[in-house]
Amino acid sequence: MNLYHYAAPATFYRLAGRWTPWFAWGAGLLTGIGLYISFFVAPTDFQQGEAYRIIFIHVPAAWMSMFIYLVMAFWCAIGLAFNTRLSFLMARALAPTGALFCFLALWTGALWGKPMWGAWWVWDARLTSQLILLFLYVGIMALWAAIDDPKRGDRAGALLILVGAVNVPIIYFSVKWWNTLHQGSSINLTKAPSMATIMLVGMLVMAIAAWLYTIAVALVRVRGLILERERHTDWAQEAMKALKEA
Amino acid sequence: MWRFLLTVIRRDLLLAARRKGDWLTSQFFFVMVVSMFPLGIGADPEQLRRVAGGVLWVAALLASLLSLQRLYADDHRDGSLEQMLLSPQPALILALGKAIAHWLIFGLPLLVIAPLLGLQFALPPDAIGTLVIALAIGTPVLSLLGGVGAALTLGLRGGGTLLTLLILPLYVPALIFGAGAVDGVLAGLGAEAQLSLLGAFMGLCLLLAPWVTGAALRVSVD
Amino acid sequence: MRFPVILHEHLFSNPWLMQLSAHDLTCQRGDRLLFSGLQMDLQAGQLLLVQGGNGRGKTSFLRLLSGLSQPEAGEVRWNGESIDRVRETYQQSMVYLAHANGVKDDLTPVENVQIYAGLRGQKRVPAEIEPVLVRMGLAACLDLPARVLSFGQRRRVALAGLLVSGALLWILDEPLTGLDVRGVAEVETLLREHVQAGGMVVMTTHQPLRLQGVDTVMLQIGPVMQVDGSVSAPANEAA
Repeated sequence: MNLYHYAAPATFYRLAGRWTPWFAWGAGLLTGIGLYISFFVAPTDFQQGEAYRIIFIHVPAAWMSMFIYLVMAFWCAIGLAFNTRLSFLMARALAPTGALFCFLALWTGALWGKPMWGAWWVWDARLTSQLILLFLYVGIMALWAAIDDPKRGDRAGALLILVGAVNVPIIYFSVKWWNTLHQGSSINLTKAPSMATIMLVGMLVMAIAAWLYTIAVALVRVRGLILERERHTDWAQEAMKALKEA
Repeated sequence: MWRFLLTVIRRDLLLAARRKGDWLTSQFFFVMVVSMFPLGIGADPEQLRRVAGGVLWVAALLASLLSLQRLYADDHRDGSLEQMLLSPQPALILALGKAIAHWLIFGLPLLVIAPLLGLQFALPPDAIGTLVIALAIGTPVLSLLGGVGAALTLGLRGGGTLLTLLILPLYVPALIFGAGAVDGVLAGLGAEAQLSLLGAFMGLCLLLAPWVTGAALRVSVD
Repeated sequence: MRFPVILHEHLFSNPWLMQLSAHDLTCQRGDRLLFSGLQMDLQAGQLLLVQGGNGRGKTSFLRLLSGLSQPEAGEVRWNGESIDRVRETYQQSMVYLAHANGVKDDLTPVENVQIYAGLRGQKRVPAEIEPVLVRMGLAACLDLPARVLSFGQRRRVALAGLLVSGALLWILDEPLTGLDVRGVAEVETLLREHVQAGGMVVMTTHQPLRLQGVDTVMLQIGPVMQVDGSVSAPANEAA
């Protein structure tokens, strides 16, 4: 298999177009199943009542926001090492979704925190690192937005993402450490009560749905980016004509 | 290589000596930001003592961002950055030299000012000593990581604001360990753990930041 | 006054064997394809005059040659090896004069040249630098900060840096901008001496140059303008 063949913009544009519906439908289907499990199948938690059900969105969103950052870092490393332009486009296509999940995790965290802790916001280690992760996402997107030259933007963004990727574990560790120093053990998330299997299943289904959604959205965005970059080539102009007619 | 490194450092020190106003600005900024806090939160010595470490550190972060905007911008504008990149030495040595010069101009005076501000915040002597040590270990982090941001935002519209957005989140470990060291002394727990972690973070930055900065300079000048 | 061109003896056992070449260079700036498939070959003792209208990519070409920019495709070679691979040797042998002079306003001409040499790993004392600055017509302003110098005088400081560096290959982007008649004549002499001593020059200019006796190679970037056959570029093209 020739990877370079699939990395050619025109080929990848067509492939991405063919794959997108599958991922999109998969995401829709699994979200439906996942939500059904979380609202109707999973039992009411005897400690937290119905409010706990928000974790079916909160936990996958938090996972995704971190995974996506790692995937972006992976693509950036590939792009810088092998000078493959498509890799940078992947990173660009993923960033908004990562930021969205990050925001979602913070928002649902606040909604959960109100009944649980009696406050919308608590400087808990996870919430705080999530907030800083959101700052990192915002910084990266702001850098991309400020650089007009696509080549420079790709590379500068990639360097920043990689610096962030090295820094994220350190930030997480330092925040956690800071948290234990300042808060003592008044709030402890890690000691969650053991979870019923069906809750875990619901969460996993939602996580896979989030994966598929991310892939589908990233493919759509990468197609747009490819067309934008290649707009002077013949195939891109034909593709745009086809899009207009459709 | 040493001659190149020394030339970069000496050059920036010479330029700073010719234009004292430029770097004094960020020192005064530091003093002013710190002095605003008692006005905002009240002059209760107990309360001031509790927030002193954090306030001084946050002010140091902000002041460093102010001075970092110009780290490469002036050299970029008059073309001397290109000349430095065209020297036979790798760009990471250039980045290292610039970071060292920046620390000498920005970080070192901070160490002198900080104890006075610590007194204003009613810090006991041992906490002031820890504050100075923490700043001595931590401010190189600001120069090193800030250099990455300064190189990435070179010549961009609103580069200064953008630099803040990019770099402040990356400063978080330095802030936590640095301010934590002062708090540790105040709480009677000692500051060794925080200072070692801060030192480790500084070591990591020293290893990686010049390399990234050099790459970023090449990207930005391309 | 004549001032000998110093070549880096220990680096170039035989400067006459040096060669700079470009292979299938493609340059894109933003959306615009400036040139593609560009070939170039320059031997020691030759001067390459790069020609082309404004915005055709002359400066971009020089930046590719200097290694500051990376080409979209193709490569630049120094003695047959890609400059990315022999960057240190190449940059040791090459100086690049850009549009911006790289002269610091707060330093004197002597300090500027001294630092320029230091950045290239060379130690130069003021006694070595001053004669060169005097030759460049800066005798009256050796101790003044460059801030008070005119644009042309700052250009001369940058040119003095080139001379002091003793590099073999000069890449000059519009070296004559801002120079008066005597300055232009001085640069012509410098170029002639440098090339005849086995040096290499790549340059652009919109001003007429008298280069009798210099082995000159032409390189056209973009469509040919109405040139009457002489070395001079059309006057209406002056930037």
